Amino acid sequence: MTDEAIIEVRGLSNRFGDNSVHENLDLDLYRGEILGVVGGSGTGKSVLLRSIVGLNRPSAGEVRLFGQNLLALPVEERSRLEQRLGVLFQGGALFSSLTVRENVALPLIEHAGLSRDDAEELAEVKLALSGLAPHAGDLYPASLSGGMIKRASLARSLAMDPDVLFLDEPTAGLDPIGASDFDQLLLTLRNALGLTVFMVTHDLDSLWTVCDRIAVLSQKRVLVADAPERVAEYPDDWIQSYFKGPRGRAAHRSLNESSVENSAVKESGLQRS
Amino acid sequence: MDQAEPGIEQGATTRLLGEWTLSRHAQIKRLLAQSPVPEGDLCLKQISALDTAGATLLIRWLGVERLQQIISSDTELQPERKALLETLTRAMGREPAARQKPPNALIQALELLGQQTETLARHFWQLSGFVGYVLQTLATVLPRPSRWRMTALVNQIHQTGLNAVPIVALLTFLVGAVVAFLGATVLGEFGAEIYTVNLVAYSFLREFGVILASILLAGRTASAFTAQIGSMNANEELDALRTLGLSPIELLVVPRVLALLITLPLLTFVAVVSGLVGGALVSVVSLDIALSQYLSILADVPLKHYLVGMVKAPVFAFVIAVIGCMEGFRVGGSAESVGQHTTSSVVQSIFMVILLDAVAALFFMEMGW
Repeated sequence: MTDEAIIEVRGLSNRFGDNSVHENLDLDLYRGEILGVVGGSGTGKSVLLRSIVGLNRPSAGEVRLFGQNLLALPVEERSRLEQRLGVLFQGGALFSSLTVRENVALPLIEHAGLSRDDAEELAEVKLALSGLAPHAGDLYPASLSGGMIKRASLARSLAMDPDVLFLDEPTAGLDPIGASDFDQLLLTLRNALGLTVFMVTHDLDSLWTVCDRIAVLSQKRVLVADAPERVAEYPDDWIQSYFKGPRGRAAHRSLNESSVENSAVKESGLQRS
Repeated sequence: MDQAEPGIEQGATTRLLGEWTLSRHAQIKRLLAQSPVPEGDLCLKQISALDTAGATLLIRWLGVERLQQIISSDTELQPERKALLETLTRAMGREPAARQKPPNALIQALELLGQQTETLARHFWQLSGFVGYVLQTLATVLPRPSRWRMTALVNQIHQTGLNAVPIVALLTFLVGAVVAFLGATVLGEFGAEIYTVNLVAYSFLREFGVILASILLAGRTASAFTAQIGSMNANEELDALRTLGLSPIELLVVPRVLALLITLPLLTFVAVVSGLVGGALVSVVSLDIALSQYLSILADVPLKHYLVGMVKAPVFAFVIAVIGCMEGFRVGGSAESVGQHTTSSVVQSIFMVILLDAVAALFFMEMGW
């Protein structure tokens, strides 16, 4: 992890009518790190993600991606910048009129200028990489299970080999084995491709296993953003009950007992950069 | 030469150079097509950038097994590259799904014909099942006023009836005027312009009033029913109703069917009146028939023609509502499916309305009504 911030959120405020979600929120995302974003329901995790990727115009403040403000750019430059972002939406957001393979191939055909055959071949690899069965490429999103939708959507968000990956609750709805495979996949990709990951999650296992830093959203701002161990010690009621509650303890314990391998993988990524 | 350009340096040890990334996909593909797979050692260390697209091409070129050998023997390879290549070889090592070759055109056409025939047959089967289900629910609900859903019913009457009055009135007014012009042109040649009034009166009382109102309602309301119920269906709301022990037919279909049963006869009346007004306007303005004369001819038209028209309205209303609702229930999980079934419900209900009207016309003619 370098100290180079590729995403800087400064003084972000979001208001919807009388309801204020963020006030004067600051957050940095450093190159090569996996940042976990947690917070209670309604603390604006998804709104923050949408503000960063430019889907939501903030009421005040600004978001700089690679040093540029996405919302202020002309259309073409904005599109070029957006190609460096991959987003996995909470519900998958697969295009329902395209098969899974075509979903993944679409950005490759549109942006990378690949021929249809090349794009579909590469799409097939991404699908395999995300752990989908070979026949799944021909299916339409309506006939996929929840877990398969997540995987297909991950494959689409990875299609352009983005620099930054945004994940909104990626492991929600996956079975525990699928979720831990997902964590490993994320670490591998991060280490191999130098991905930077912004992950909204409630999965405590994921938080402990893959995140380099955790940002806690509370009281309309980022309460603390630091290494998991230090965040877990932060003197705040919500954080304490989140990390030290029964589920939090169990996740931490199982991590300490079993995953020498996990931390080894994580270390190698940290040392590299 | 461009430093970043992907290249292959032949030698005792073959070295791969440059950026092997998605943006250079075409270049790499050309390069690999020209280069034979090297027999000797291969060094991947000098590749300056490697992403999944480049790695995929590399693996396709070398083959999964060869690359696995290289990864395991090459101690100098960066660990993160190694991890990427290992992950990808694992993913690609699986046998890809065999893509089925499409059969020839004749067989495909036959298959399509068979499928569509079967779909049509099954569709009519479903439709009669659904009609039965709705009738059964109506029979249980109607005798029990405590189970009438007045709010939903009034709301549906408002949306399907009251809101449709302006468009129905305007359209039938225009058609009434057009029919009068047509009558004037054709009948004028025989000097029988006065019969224009009868033409307008008979056509609107017996056919045009009810059929124009029905077609408008089929376009306006059947589609709305399908879209409303269909998006609820796509969102699993209907399943949620069922698990709560509530009947979607009783909650959603019965108020809509009843609303149309009430509004379509009323709209038919509106249609008949404004058609006659349209005819009257043309007669008075361009045919020099006095309004009083127009009205007295109208008063001589037997009442049974009006009844023949009106009696069809509840039947059409039931058909339109049931088709609209049933298509909603047939919607699958996607937004696209909502669109398909909405189109289908409009086409079907207009088709059924015209078909039934033709059958009714034959019947009434044979009966001499």
